[in-house]
Amino acid sequence: MASEYSPSEMMAAVAARELKDGEVTFVGIGLPNLACNLARALQAPDLVLIYESGAVGAVPERLPVSIGDPSLVTGSLMVCSMADVFQLFLQNGKIEVGFLGGAQIDQWGNINTTTIGSYGKPKVRLPGSGGAAEIAVHAKRVLIISRLHSRAFPAEVDFITSPGQRCHGKTREELGMPGAGPIKIITDRGILENDPETGEMILTALYPGVTVDEVKANVGWPLKARDHLDLVAPPTTRELQLLREVLDPKNLFLG
Amino acid sequence: MHSKVVSMRDAIAAHVHDGDTVVIEGFTHLICFAAGHEIIRQQRKDLTIARLTPDLIYDQMIAAGCAKKLVFSWAGNPGAGSLHAFRRAVEKGTPALEIEEYSHFGMVARMSAGAASLPFWVMRNYMGTDLPTANPRIRTVTCPYTGEQLATVPALNPDVTVIHAQRADENGNAQVWGLLGVQKEAAFASKRVIVVVEDLVDESVIRADPNRTLIPGMIVDAVVVEPWGCHPSYAQGYYDRDNDFYVAWEDISRDPAKLQAYLDEFVYGVKDRADYMTRMPGLAERLKAKDHYCEGVNYGF
Repeated sequence: MASEYSPSEMMAAVAARELKDGEVTFVGIGLPNLACNLARALQAPDLVLIYESGAVGAVPERLPVSIGDPSLVTGSLMVCSMADVFQLFLQNGKIEVGFLGGAQIDQWGNINTTTIGSYGKPKVRLPGSGGAAEIAVHAKRVLIISRLHSRAFPAEVDFITSPGQRCHGKTREELGMPGAGPIKIITDRGILENDPETGEMILTALYPGVTVDEVKANVGWPLKARDHLDLVAPPTTRELQLLREVLDPKNLFLG
Repeated sequence: MHSKVVSMRDAIAAHVHDGDTVVIEGFTHLICFAAGHEIIRQQRKDLTIARLTPDLIYDQMIAAGCAKKLVFSWAGNPGAGSLHAFRRAVEKGTPALEIEEYSHFGMVARMSAGAASLPFWVMRNYMGTDLPTANPRIRTVTCPYTGEQLATVPALNPDVTVIHAQRADENGNAQVWGLLGVQKEAAFASKRVIVVVEDLVDESVIRADPNRTLIPGMIVDAVVVEPWGCHPSYAQGYYDRDNDFYVAWEDISRDPAKLQAYLDEFVYGVKDRADYMTRMPGLAERLKAKDHYCEGVNYGF
């Protein structure tokens, strides 16, 4: 067991452990990409990586820095149009796991990547949805990766770009969404999961050395905690070696 | 067959007019910066510029005052940060810019409708999101068969679409490999189409591998031959993405004076892509793609 590791290394390792062999995963750039490739190197060699740019079964030889990196094409199983990605794969229910992140995440797992402040007069204009809105609607389950701090975890997001478990009071079922939505938020201090009864995101697991109060202090709503909290194991020597030496040797995303 | 090959200057002069809706497509891959730069040089005004990802090229066109309106689905600098000219326009109103915003699926659907000559496209999407509130053109329709409520977006039919391809013949039959984005739909949706290529090839090269043709010459109005026309975007098998420049754009675009100096030197200060490349010593060596050939297939019968 390694003694020193960064929050990003922990998040990548925890996210990788969520992936099962053979699953079809919609991958983003940065930590999700590292997590997927770490899972491929360990328990899930047959994980299928799909990028919204149209690369299916990608086996990137270098760390892709954009979602349309040419290394996603070389050696992949299929390259298709984006109309095919969104209609034949995503809308057609072929995507098992989707990774999302965002500037704001609220107590229902709604994600904002559009504007801080009002839409018409934003304080900060963020990039917008990209494919995130439809991934949140359709992926069988969504994993959110985000560092925990109260500005990023308000009670309500300023704008719902990607729907979580409850949007303006309505459940996913009421809204007719096919996917299960965000079922876990993997942070740098612990893991939140949606309460199956209410859809609210509650604390279910802590990382080594982290207290419940520390997590609560970094969340903008009265965070509930499950009675029995799991303790998440730190990254193994093997996980760290793969992340540092093979997957992100230039330390672009793990720092 | 009459050749459609013209210079970039002539293609833009003939096919891009003030007030047009212009699409320069390509998802990370094959974004034709050379065409965007020529539009800036010819000082086109009041354009509605549409793309899934505005990318650096639309940031430059916004900064240069070409755009009245932006239609998009993800306005960031992929892997590197923000598009600061876009952000200044939206956050501070300098310059004024209308926006019309969708998700990627929504933009793809708009172009699919345009390409199929339908008024709108249907999706199972947007429930729970605030996007339809921000953009009232995202609506719903009740399925006449199941009663399900589905999302709709209106067709997008650009006045002109620019597609960069690895190769085409002089009639514009264009072959593309690597990421395909939404170029086929954008081209078929468009009133006019400009194809820009790395290599102009004989029609026999196209006919030898017809499955690789993305855009048929019958919908193409002009063919422009400008190698390296995508830089800092990339062309699979020709040159890699210039990720260093994408990172540098964060700093350049943040400062309007630096951005203007960039446009002065590399856009207004050059006459075409070949001239641009002479200002980039060492670039071709740094980014040239490694070989990774595929075997041909048997098309016989």
